[in-house]
Amino acid sequence: MLNYVLRRVAVAIPTLLLLIVISFALMYAAPGGPFNSERPLPAQVMANIEARYGLDQPYWKQMFDYVWNVVVHFDFGPSFQYRDRTVNDVIAQGFPVTLTYGFWSFIVALVVGVSLGAAAAIRHNSWLDYLAVGISIGAQVLPNFVMAPILVLVFTLWLGWLPGGGWQGGQIEYVILPVIALSTSYMASIARITRSSMLEVLNAGFIRTARAKGLPTSRIILRHALKPTMLPVLSYLGPAFVGMITGSVIIDVFFSTGGIGQFFVNSAFNRDYSVIMGITILVGVLTVLFNLVVDLLYAWIDPKIRY
Amino acid sequence: MALLDIEDLRVTFTTGDGEVNAVNGVSFSIEEGETLAIVGESGSGKSQTAFAAMGLLARNGRATGQIRYDGRNLLELKQKELNRVRSEEIGMIFQDPMTSLNPYMRISEQMAEVLTLHKGMTKRDAIAEATKMLDAVKIPDAKNRITMFPHEFSGGMRQRIMIAMALLCQPRLLIADEPTTALDVTVQAQIMELMAEIRAEFGTAIILITHDLGIVADTCERTLVMYGGQVMETGPTDQLFERPTHPYTLGLLRAVPRIDRDDETLSTIAGEPPDMTRLPKGCPFTPRCAWAHGPCPTIRPELLPAEGYPMLRRACHAPVEEVK
Repeated sequence: MLNYVLRRVAVAIPTLLLLIVISFALMYAAPGGPFNSERPLPAQVMANIEARYGLDQPYWKQMFDYVWNVVVHFDFGPSFQYRDRTVNDVIAQGFPVTLTYGFWSFIVALVVGVSLGAAAAIRHNSWLDYLAVGISIGAQVLPNFVMAPILVLVFTLWLGWLPGGGWQGGQIEYVILPVIALSTSYMASIARITRSSMLEVLNAGFIRTARAKGLPTSRIILRHALKPTMLPVLSYLGPAFVGMITGSVIIDVFFSTGGIGQFFVNSAFNRDYSVIMGITILVGVLTVLFNLVVDLLYAWIDPKIRY
Repeated sequence: MALLDIEDLRVTFTTGDGEVNAVNGVSFSIEEGETLAIVGESGSGKSQTAFAAMGLLARNGRATGQIRYDGRNLLELKQKELNRVRSEEIGMIFQDPMTSLNPYMRISEQMAEVLTLHKGMTKRDAIAEATKMLDAVKIPDAKNRITMFPHEFSGGMRQRIMIAMALLCQPRLLIADEPTTALDVTVQAQIMELMAEIRAEFGTAIILITHDLGIVADTCERTLVMYGGQVMETGPTDQLFERPTHPYTLGLLRAVPRIDRDDETLSTIAGEPPDMTRLPKGCPFTPRCAWAHGPCPTIRPELLPAEGYPMLRRACHAPVEEVK
């Protein structure tokens, strides 16, 4: 087990290096640069600025220096856009926000999605099933850029129950709407996967055995059916969790939450090279990490998987 | 009074292609400590008869008639009462031990939950009791192996575990649905031997559902032959096998490969099992029966005592002794 984890971490290093090289290359291949604007700067000013950020160096050296700073000093460099902030500052400011609403979105999507999907499967072909399928299809086709303004309209403007934006250090009333908006479509996917997975599990021979043993339905579902039902759900949860905790530009823009989703998109528009790289690496590391977590959870659920 | 008494059992499944009549008016009973074999081809309704008794029909299935156990009709029991009958009164084992044990739970948990639930035992006592039962079905090193998962056992061992689990509450009836079909031949013999020992030791009545006539001959006192969801013939196994009187039973017996006679080529029953959505009005075996005549396609034969064959009941307009 420990061996397996170490091996996976060892494989992750070249994966992440490759990610850096490719992102770096793509970024440089795109025309333009962080300091290009409508009105061209005087050549000398431009040269000075480029020298300050190391952009006058050859491509391979820039990349090498970048990797060196990241790996050895854990320094993602200065932001090209925000003069007073480093990338570390940007992430330190934005990531806790996305982590907070992303984490709660994950919990909501998981709990509601699994419950809804399981209820639909248990009462297959009943009104409850149709309702659950209806809700999950509806939730899936409703994009969050539609969801977000509707939520603000209903809960802020009409009912006046919740603030329509802002973060205030993550006070609960500021977190609720972003969580609903972000979790809905993930919840729908989880519900659909859970439903079809549980329908299959409930037809398995060992469920019939459990019924023949005279176990009450609640115990059959919770003790016998739930674990195998979660196997296909789990493979979706890894990437979904990373997707949620790294936030969403739509959430950040609509609710002015100030998460890294917004920084990421702005940095792409502004050619803020170091912020793009910083957030890409963050997402990459989280993806690798949670894929590993998912694989370890697989082994916990399925005794036939041993590392 | 019989231990289990089934009267006019009908099982219908509602499917996209219409109503499937899997079981059509089956009646039989089994006494305390008796062994009864139910034989027939795939789709003859033998497994569904057993599933109906245990309330294990698929969701689209519906059973009518009477299944009386100890004077109570199992078909009318509330879920909670039925759950007490299951495993405490009637144990059941299934065809494929690879899939009928939960692959995600340890054997100890799967067995202990029966006892904690039905007998109110503590987990520790339940595991001790389960270990004893595994010893009884000859699982070597049961004390240590009980904490293993199903995939760590061979097919034959898993079926032994299933049997042990079904017997934990010492039910008076064990229903074995094709218990040896998924196992290889040497293991089959061991499992049948084990069932015989269990019967001797606990006095459990056994209903053995199978299409393998070879294992029936050695183990069951009485045999019930099913076809098209109906009982074709029933009687003492020896009598049925030595002098079959129903054309279908005769066909089944001829289709059993034998090594003691090499002059005969293996015969099969021509034709295919009936379409259960559209059963013929008369005897379902008519289209495949060499002796079918006048009333066969239109009038359904009743299950009646056969003249000259004490203990035998059969449903046939053209019994072998009359046509020969």
